[in-house]
This record gives sequence, structure tokens and C-alpha cells, in this order.
Amino acid sequence: MQSPSSDVGPDTCWEHFTHEADIGVRGIGSTKEAAFEEAGLALTAVVTDPASVSPMQAVTIVCEAPDQELLLVDWLNALVYEMATRNMLFSRFTVRFNDHSLHATAWGEHVEVVRHQPAVEVKGATYTELSVKRDKQGRWIAQCVVDV
Amino acid sequence: MDLNLLKRRGHDEWHIAPRGKMRVPGVIYATEALIRDMDEKVYEEVTNVATLPGIVNASYAMPDAHWGYGFPIGGVAAFDPDHGGVVSAGGVGFDISCGVRLLRTGLTVEEVQPVKKRLADSLSHRVPAGVGSTGQVRLSNHDMEAMLAGGARWAVGKGYGAHEDLEFIEEQGRMVGAKPEQVSDRAKRRQQDEMGTLGSGNHYLEVQQVVTVHDAEVGAVFGIREGDVVVSIHCGSRGLGHQIGTEFLKSMAVSAARYRVELPDRELACAPINSEIGQEYLGAMRAAINCALANRQILTHLVRGVFADLLPEAQLSLLYDVSHNTCKVEDHVVEGTPTRLFVHRKGATRAFGPGHPELPPSLRSVGQPVLIGGTMGTASYVLVGTEESMALAYGSACHGAGRSMSRHQALRRWHGRDVVKDLESRGILIRSPSMRGIAEEAPGAYKDVSEVVDAADDAKLAKKVARLEPLICIKG
Repeated sequence: MQSPSSDVGPDTCWEHFTHEADIGVRGIGSTKEAAFEEAGLALTAVVTDPASVSPMQAVTIVCEAPDQELLLVDWLNALVYEMATRNMLFSRFTVRFNDHSLHATAWGEHVEVVRHQPAVEVKGATYTELSVKRDKQGRWIAQCVVDV
Repeated sequence: MDLNLLKRRGHDEWHIAPRGKMRVPGVIYATEALIRDMDEKVYEEVTNVATLPGIVNASYAMPDAHWGYGFPIGGVAAFDPDHGGVVSAGGVGFDISCGVRLLRTGLTVEEVQPVKKRLADSLSHRVPAGVGSTGQVRLSNHDMEAMLAGGARWAVGKGYGAHEDLEFIEEQGRMVGAKPEQVSDRAKRRQQDEMGTLGSGNHYLEVQQVVTVHDAEVGAVFGIREGDVVVSIHCGSRGLGHQIGTEFLKSMAVSAARYRVELPDRELACAPINSEIGQEYLGAMRAAINCALANRQILTHLVRGVFADLLPEAQLSLLYDVSHNTCKVEDHVVEGTPTRLFVHRKGATRAFGPGHPELPPSLRSVGQPVLIGGTMGTASYVLVGTEESMALAYGSACHGAGRSMSRHQALRRWHGRDVVKDLESRGILIRSPSMRGIAEEAPGAYKDVSEVVDAADDAKLAKKVARLEPLICIKG
């Protein structure tokens, strides 16, 4: 599954990659910030179609980790936590970095089961296939497998 | 998996000789066909686990082994604390103590058929399932601590179920050594609204019929006969366990260097058992086991309420409750010497043989019931632990079928409504809030559970007792 190509430029998108039991989420962007934002969208897409989620309510997220890969896992896990405890889904993100910390805002709305048809809850982000790096074209790729 | 990587030691036993940093061999129990279908990643994960400090005998994989994270799903490994052994948050997984319990109903298929539709609707109405569902049980801070320390015993004390249930739950319903104070506020917050909920994904509540009894003698001890109706509940420690897994995975990965543990894969994050973080994790993980046991006990109470309303003659008694994702302290014989080990089972179940002191007296003569879940359209199985299994992989067996296709492939291939309609035409009623969820969990997306069960039976990990087929399935 991929982000609809009409909505985003070629350098900014998200996609899922195959894992036998679970699902891989991958954010791609011209900046690391954009790649993390797209990874957030890929996470939402595990649960529902991000296009069905209205960005009505903002939630602030701050996390800190010793390296950028652990920071990606922390970011996704913070979203998992907010989704679970606020009963929300998110469809818009802004991410900024400051040394080893991440400061973000996620916009979304409360789950409506009939409209969102949420397929599965995400238990947590794993370190499997975890990487944050630039590809040959210079795009940032942020990815890992999430446990569902 | 390439068969050339393995050495066959029996019909269903395959060895990987130690190489590189492996401290012990790898052992996979499976048929040749299952091995051929296994992802190469299973090989990589089995060999990686074999490099961890203090591992004893071998790094094992069950017949349903598939690519997990760190440990394979279907992986079993034991560690000796006196030889630098470790405990691994990745080796237990996020859904701590996810498991299955099976209830007899005392009813036959003929007795249930007339109310089957009402039963499906009522179960779906009363048992919270799916993303965002909330339970009716709200815990005060005091009750949360008591639940984490008391497990199913706490739940019974609160009126959820009967005292007789406890005997048929691993650890008699309460995992000792739980330390609720090691569970973070975030983990407790995540559980606040989730007590007594089923969850989503591969979790389910099924009303099933016993279609075949393979072993009448053991079937009689288990109290199941062909034509009987039983209820299976598959779920775990919900958000609390997921959060504990998340937090300790990170702290163990970050602290590995401090403890001089070399990790071939960060996902194998672990800490020495005899370390501060190792002990903190064990205390929190055991609290999560109690959370799972309490959760399945509350769900059992809800199911009993539905049956009491629609089929008052039903007597729902617990056959057994098994946990899949755990690390437990067990005594095993290692090279002739009784040794206390920390046994990790990741997507694998205990399968203790006859005579084991952990088993309730009424089951001790035959062995532990081993409950293996299938899909909503195929079958589940009841097996029994064997004497041989104690020596094969610390008394362990497989836990389910495992996926044969990713969720996306399944979503592309099936529509939820078509799956529901098709199963209804076969007499299986599905109730779920999410049609996308149904498509992703379509029976065709899973491996053939019968093949996996036959392999476990052939390998003597556990012996087949009965085949169950679904009548009603409640999915999240």
C-alpha cells in the first residue's frame, strides 16, 4: 500500500513493506522531518485510510532518544500511545528536530468505527528493518516494522 | 528456507550447527514442506538467538515458526542466570501473555443451533472488541495495583468467574513475582479503559464445535466429546503489555553495551537476569501476565452472562488457559542436572507432559491441554503435552498457524463482506466492527493449521486430542 501519488510529490510519500506477520511502515521525504511525518501517515494507514481522518484536534508530542533510529521508534510509539489513550487517529503531522529530541504536532480526530473501519490496533514499533538514512537520490527514508 | 542450511536429525527435527558467535545449535521442529515454506529470516533469527549469553541446550523453533522481530514467532529459548543468562523483552514480545483459554459449555451443537444467531449478536454486543472499544471495568489506582499483583485471582475476588477456574490457569491464575511498581504510569494509563476487551488483529472469541476426537481416553479426561460446543478466547495483556514491551525494549537496547551484551540485532534487546534492569523487567512483565490472566477472566465472565441469558442450562467450565508470550522460571534437567532456567516462549505455548507438578491433579495423569488456534474459517485443535516434549524443547509446542500472506495481500484479494457471506453459507457466523479487519484476517491468509498440528504431533511436541471448528467468531 502506498500514499496516493496525486496527493504528494515524488520525493514525499509513504508506503508499507511486507513482513510475514506484521507490517513495515516507511516514510520518504526530501528532509528527515518530512520522512518522519510520512512515517506517521504510514502508521495511520495500517489502521485506516488516512484520507478518512479529519485533522481537527492537535496533540503535541515530544520525545528524546540517543540516536535517530531510536528516535523514529519513539516517535511512532508516542503516536501509538496517543492513539490508544485518546482513542484518536491522526492524518497531519509536523516534525522538528533539536539535537536528540523531536518536537511534533499531530492533528486528527476521535475514532468513529463505522466511518473509519479501523482494521487493527498497533501494539508497538519494533527495531526490525529499522533504519533512518538517505537513499541514492538523496531522499530521507525512515522505516521499521510495527507489531499489530 | 534452504534445506542445505540444515542437518536432518529425524523426520521432523532439523539442526543448525553452531558457527560464528553461536553458543548453542539451532533446532527446528517441522516437516520438510513446512521448512521449505519458512522464511530465511527464521533461520537468521534462530541463529541470532543462539548467540545470546547464558543460553542453554539450543535455540528452538516450533513448526509454525515465522519471521518475528528478534526472536522468531514460534521461538523457544532458555537461559541460566548462573551462567550470565539474559532476559529479553524482544524474546517475550509486545503482547505479553497473549494466550488462549477454552471453556466447555456442557451443550451439544443441536442445543445451540436454534439460538445461534441470537448468541452471535449477544456476544458481539456484550464483549467489547476492536480498535477504540472500551471495557466496562474502570480501575482505581488501588485496584490497578491489586489486579497487576493478583491476576485472575484478583478478578475472581471481584466477582468475575468462579474460584474453580483458577486451578486450570497457568500459575493457578496468579503470576508470583509481579512488581506493579515497575509498571510505568503510561502503561497503567493505556490499560485504564481496556480491561475486559478482546482487542483486534488475530484475537478472537469463538463458539466452536468438537468435530473429531482423536484420542478418546484423553478427551474423556478433558471432558470433551464429538458434537460438544466449546468457547475459545484468544487475547492478551492489551495496552499495558504493549507499553511495557515498548519501554523495556528501548531501555534494554540502550543499556546492552553497559552490560557488555553484544546484540546481533537490536531487536534482541536483553539484559542479564541478575541485573537491575533485568529484575525490573521481570517484575513488570509478570504484572503484565497477571493483567492478561485477569482480562481473559473478565471476558469469561461476560461470555457466561450471555450463555446464562440465552442457554441457562449451559455450564461453562474452564478446560485450561495457556499463555504464548512469556518468560517463566522453570526447573528442567540439563545434562542430567536439575537446573532452574528462564524459559522464553515467543508465540509458543507450554506443553507440559504427564506427571508435571504444575498441572492440576485432575489433568496430571494425561498432561497439559495445549490449545492451538486456527482461523475463523478453518479449525483449532486441542492437544496434550507428552513425556517426550519435556526433553525436546522444555515442554513447548506451537501456538497457531501463522500467516501465509501479508495483510495487504489479503486486503487486495478479499472483501470483508464477501468473507462474512462465504463463511455464513458454511454455517459460521462472523461478527466484527471492521470489514477491513475481516479481509485482513481471511482464512486464506493463514497457513494450514492442520499441517502445523500434524507436525507437532509427529515431532511428539504434543499429541492431538480434538479438532474444533467455528460456529461463531467475534473479531476485533
